[in-house]
Amino acid sequence: MSQAQFIRRVIKPAVFLASLAPFGWLVYNAFFGDLGVNPVETITNQTGIWTLRFIVLTLALTPLRFVTGFNPLALFRRMLGLFAFFYGSLHFMTYFILDHSLEFSGVWEDVVKRPYITAGFTAFVLMIPLALTSTQGWIRRLGGKRWNLLHRLVYITALAAVLHYFWKVKLDTTNPLYYAALVAVLLGARVWQRARKAGAVARPAPVRREA
Amino acid sequence: MLINKSPDIRESEVTPESWYVRRREFLQVAGSTAVAVATGAAGPLFSGTDTAFAQNPAAQKLANLKKSPLSTDEKLNSYRDVTTYNNFYEFGLDKGDPAKYSGSLKPSPWNVVVEGQCAKPGSYNMEDIMKWFPLEERIYRMRCVEAWSMVIPWVGFPLADFVKRFEPTSKAKFVKFTTLVDTKQMPGQTEPALPWPYVEGLRMDEAMHPLAMLAVGLYGEVLPNQNGAPIRLVVPWKYGFKGVKSIVRVSFDEAQPMNTWQRMRADEYGFFANVNPAVDHPRWSQASERRIGEFFKRKTLPFNGYADQVASLYSGMDLRKFY
Repeated sequence: MSQAQFIRRVIKPAVFLASLAPFGWLVYNAFFGDLGVNPVETITNQTGIWTLRFIVLTLALTPLRFVTGFNPLALFRRMLGLFAFFYGSLHFMTYFILDHSLEFSGVWEDVVKRPYITAGFTAFVLMIPLALTSTQGWIRRLGGKRWNLLHRLVYITALAAVLHYFWKVKLDTTNPLYYAALVAVLLGARVWQRARKAGAVARPAPVRREA
Repeated sequence: MLINKSPDIRESEVTPESWYVRRREFLQVAGSTAVAVATGAAGPLFSGTDTAFAQNPAAQKLANLKKSPLSTDEKLNSYRDVTTYNNFYEFGLDKGDPAKYSGSLKPSPWNVVVEGQCAKPGSYNMEDIMKWFPLEERIYRMRCVEAWSMVIPWVGFPLADFVKRFEPTSKAKFVKFTTLVDTKQMPGQTEPALPWPYVEGLRMDEAMHPLAMLAVGLYGEVLPNQNGAPIRLVVPWKYGFKGVKSIVRVSFDEAQPMNTWQRMRADEYGFFANVNPAVDHPRWSQASERRIGEFFKRKTLPFNGYADQVASLYSGMDLRKFY
């Protein structure tokens, strides 16, 4: 088996199954185990934190590729991004169904009034176009440049998700700050990378003379 | 001669005592949880009724309890709900931490110091305090400021009876309660999560209200450590954080005490902390709550459903300002 085949046939399915594990854990415990004294809170917190984790993992791939030179990492971008959307959808649906009994007016009131919901809702809504345009067909239709530009929305999603987490906790901001640091490093890596590229291009460029 | 022989292992490699004690406690809890799950005691999420865990067989039972007419007839939360899910930052910030880590608290012997503007200050032994008043069971709603709630069968006596015993003077306008500080017994206090000790207070008329009580037990048993053993405050029309636990000091004060959460974040938590669906927490709504054991949220009632009894205490006050 070639490396490409190995990745496609073994690693990818393994990553897929591993990414489903948190969902499996929730479903298993809901029916056969125990989600604790406040199951709704457990579901909300678990789906929320896994959304953020998958956002961070997705954002980590490009810098990692840059650092390690291991290009097949790019093959996992869509899958991990879609898992971020999957857990984000579960997180939102838990809130929509169990906190607001499917009444959108209540959700909207929160979005307008409560900064942590504004941030969380923004993070979620911005993932929708990314999930919808995640296919090869959409990349073709939009063209690589425009598609790339659109998918930079994930940066805003990441920032909004971290803010959402930070504003939600009552007292102990250790974990939100830890994720904020991760996101800062991953976005910072992109700025740095771009600056280097720009520098590399700018230096050999000939001095332009006005005629 | 070499006197200063260096030890075999470095200081930094030694596991601190508090860690391995905690680890043992954790393993014990984990072990018993595993047994509970294996025997099906921890009911599945969708089983409908959450059967109460067996109460603690080792706990001292409290006999001859008076049933209080002030009790609600709502469905009780299980013993497990009440004793494994609560905030008691002295043992950690997670709501499961108090049950896991409160084994180090020694609620006996225990003294409560009474001081300030009263005729009979002094240090009183908990064993004596237990004999002062007939114990009664009171089933109250408990509404946490985090928008969840429970129904809990407390055992205790009216705070008013306790207060009267010390004959507060006319200068006593407030009662201040203080929790124990002892990092050995309360490992969470090694972290500066809150400015220790935890302090709470009531206006005198609030303290004298018949609904306010001091609890020494729940579910017919002596108060478990994680719920504030051996003695704690219960004020059912206020958010749960007013219910200061493991009280070692009661003070009759002229000035309004600065309670811990107000000191932490005055814009989010006030002195009165009356349950009020019309005044939101700056970050979340207080209009509804999740009753533990229910899936959908229910509406929060003014003064947690005790408005008929207590609203008059606050007539003329702007409850938006005095939240």
